[in-house]
Amino acid sequence: MSISIKMPALSPTMTDGTLAKWLVKEGDEVRSGDVIAEIETDKATMEVEAVDEGVVAIIAVEAGAQNVPVNAVIAVLAEEGEDPASVSVEESASTPAMAMAEDAPAVEPVSAPISVPAPVATPAASSAGRVFASPLARRIAAQNELPLDGLQGTGPNGRIIKHDVETALSQGISAPASTPSSATLPVTTPLAEDRFVPHSAMRRTIAQRLTESKQTAPHFYLTIDCELDTLLAARKAMNATAGEGVKISVNDMIVRAAAYALMKVPDVNGSYEEDGCRYFADADVCIAVALDGGLVTPVIPAAQNKGLAEISQISKTLATQARDGTLPPSAYAGGTFTISNLGMFGIKEFAAVINPPQGAILAVGAGEQRPVVKDGQLAVATVMSVTLSADHRVVDGALGAQWLQVFQEVIENPVLMLV
Amino acid sequence: MANQKDYDIVVIGGGPGGYVAAIRAAQLGMRAAVVEKEHLGGICLNWGCIPTKALLRAAELRHNLEHLSDYGIEVTGEVKVNLAKVVERSRGVAARLSGGVAHLLKKNKVEVISGTATIKGKSGAKRLVGVTGKEAFDITAKHVIIATGARARQIPNMESDGNQIVTYRDAMVPKTMPKSLIVVGSGAIGIEFASFYRDMGVEVTVVEAMDRILNAEDSEISAMAHKAFEKRGMTILTSAKLQKLEKSNESVTATIDLKGKIEKVTAERVIMAIGIVGNSENLGLEGTKVKIDRGHIETDGYGATGEAGIYAIGDVTGAPWLAHKASHEGIICVEKIAGIKDVHEIADNSVPGCTYCRPQIASVGLSEDAAKKAGRDIKVGRFPFLANGKAIALGDDEGMIKTIFDAKTGELLGAHMIGPEVTEMIQGYAIARTLETTEVELMQTIFPHPTLSEAMHESVLDAYDRAIHF
Repeated sequence: MSISIKMPALSPTMTDGTLAKWLVKEGDEVRSGDVIAEIETDKATMEVEAVDEGVVAIIAVEAGAQNVPVNAVIAVLAEEGEDPASVSVEESASTPAMAMAEDAPAVEPVSAPISVPAPVATPAASSAGRVFASPLARRIAAQNELPLDGLQGTGPNGRIIKHDVETALSQGISAPASTPSSATLPVTTPLAEDRFVPHSAMRRTIAQRLTESKQTAPHFYLTIDCELDTLLAARKAMNATAGEGVKISVNDMIVRAAAYALMKVPDVNGSYEEDGCRYFADADVCIAVALDGGLVTPVIPAAQNKGLAEISQISKTLATQARDGTLPPSAYAGGTFTISNLGMFGIKEFAAVINPPQGAILAVGAGEQRPVVKDGQLAVATVMSVTLSADHRVVDGALGAQWLQVFQEVIENPVLMLV
Repeated sequence: MANQKDYDIVVIGGGPGGYVAAIRAAQLGMRAAVVEKEHLGGICLNWGCIPTKALLRAAELRHNLEHLSDYGIEVTGEVKVNLAKVVERSRGVAARLSGGVAHLLKKNKVEVISGTATIKGKSGAKRLVGVTGKEAFDITAKHVIIATGARARQIPNMESDGNQIVTYRDAMVPKTMPKSLIVVGSGAIGIEFASFYRDMGVEVTVVEAMDRILNAEDSEISAMAHKAFEKRGMTILTSAKLQKLEKSNESVTATIDLKGKIEKVTAERVIMAIGIVGNSENLGLEGTKVKIDRGHIETDGYGATGEAGIYAIGDVTGAPWLAHKASHEGIICVEKIAGIKDVHEIADNSVPGCTYCRPQIASVGLSEDAAKKAGRDIKVGRFPFLANGKAIALGDDEGMIKTIFDAKTGELLGAHMIGPEVTEMIQGYAIARTLETTEVELMQTIFPHPTLSEAMHESVLDAYDRAIHF
């Protein structure tokens, strides 16, 4: 079966784009993770990675073609053992396989120029799977405002049964930990008419906790630019030499850098309580993951003790589990600091709402080529803007600034991540 | 040793636990064998569930014939019971089914080995099992499942003599009908025999040490059964402790401590039905990590014992002593061994129980008392068969259906039935519980009219004060 590679949607509103450059030609063998093309929008240039292996059988859209509609087939891969000559665009056009970073869907917050994001409008994403659960399980879950979609069913064919709900409840889970409002779900279909959607337990929790956060935690915001070129080169080198199955993303490096900075400036790793501030020994770093109808913030515990490969592995597992609805409740409980990354949507910079009771959250924008002045000369560098939202009751301005400086230093000198 | 046969699974005992486990193992591609010392189908099929149902059917027919005139049918002439033929038919039914099991095992390529098996020890990673029958030989297996069942519990000085004092086995093949009978014990076995003999015209006295009969059932159901049996002419003594049995040529006299008062009851025959004990001896379990508690082998929810590679299922593992429980345990044990996903141990209180007396009794789940004791806030529904059209038309409107729901969640905690054909209906509630339905799905289900099962629907409605016909 051949595999169609389609024009990716780089932002929720993107309808078409320019195929700037092909990095492969017909007859080339590609492997998962290889960059095969560059695509331009009005906002940025992004690379398209292959997610499957195969031989490029057809390049359907020439380099330089403009206004290529999203989801149009731009190339076709012949799978191993398949004769590339026998592959046609028509035959494979119906193949659902989106070649766009399927292993890094909406939930993997990789920042921009490196890898193209998520299949924003794949059919699978828009048709949320039915949750199989027994009537009794549904009722007990509803009575306890426990969303079923995060539970792992142990009944026949994964059906959620009473036991699963009771187990989740006994673990003290009532609803997923709240998350920053900034991470939003891609819009998939235009609204045909007005809709009223009753609140899910997740929506209620998001509303309640983030309202509480904005009302009780005096937010202030600090933004800094980080140059990424060294980091990107380091990433490339690491991935080239890393073992099979290891593929470090920019986001993994951001998590590592944040954990490093939290150790260097430990007073940011705190939480305001009525009678005092609590400072945590570990950097338990949450990553915001968008879901259908909400989001969760799974935790990478003690990230300061974890290497990039380990962070990458955990982060990948958490993202997959979150997407499949199999995230164990323990995986999104707690956390001392959160990272929210909307770089994949081409967002330049934004300010996130603090995930209470944490003291701060880092909002990560897209890495993009910008003009910078170096030694009095205009030059081009890949730059990413990050914004720290801090709770002024725990973190003062100078402290937050100091933290961002350390963070910037690590991002720009990624060798520090190996320390 | 070169020809020593090797299997993936060897099951010791060919009863409803053992033969079902072996067939399931074969279905899953394992090489399976059953070692059976007497007859395939075990007690259930040969000396329990099945032959007693044949006897009870005869008793029911006799009862019906006596009441033909209620239906406007007049028969002249005497209704006579040919006891030898009744028993012969019962044995024929058992034999037919036992032959059926042999066929099923053959069809599934399960080897049947005649003899008595003992676990001798290990042979490498495998278990060495010695078989003694017409000849003695050893076999090996990766997994050994003990499904040896249980036998009637005996009390010293009151042991069965096969004539005046008997257990289930002799009670099932009577050569003569006694004029009078004492049944000691009022569990399912005792009550079924009491019901059979009573319908055959025997004077029956039931002696129960607890304060009520059918102690495993909901107390309201057991009270209704008590009344129904008394109406049929049975004498029932509860809180009655049997102290001794004295035999004379013609009769047996039981001395009973009846709530502190000593009473004597004399009858021609006594059936002892005071429970059963597991057949856990002489299996070679000594020196292994298999734990035995008062005759019953201890296992986890999947039949695993303390010793790797040795499993136990069915009656030998303890109460409830029911064939369908044994079969189900056999299946989950084998599936767990095979590494099948989503195998679940038997959930608490999910084994239905049936007693085939007249009126029939069936139940699943928690009794009202047990539910309250568990701290549940409950809703209880009741519907009597005297308000059920089909029951009235059948001329069999004694009994009721009781349902118990968790007031908060709507979980069907238990269902308890007494009356016509309830043993055939309890599966409806069992399915509801397995699927975890709430009262809503049961209420929304359309029950066909006119059926006895409408009473199941009405009982659910009644739990929420919505019964239509009562």
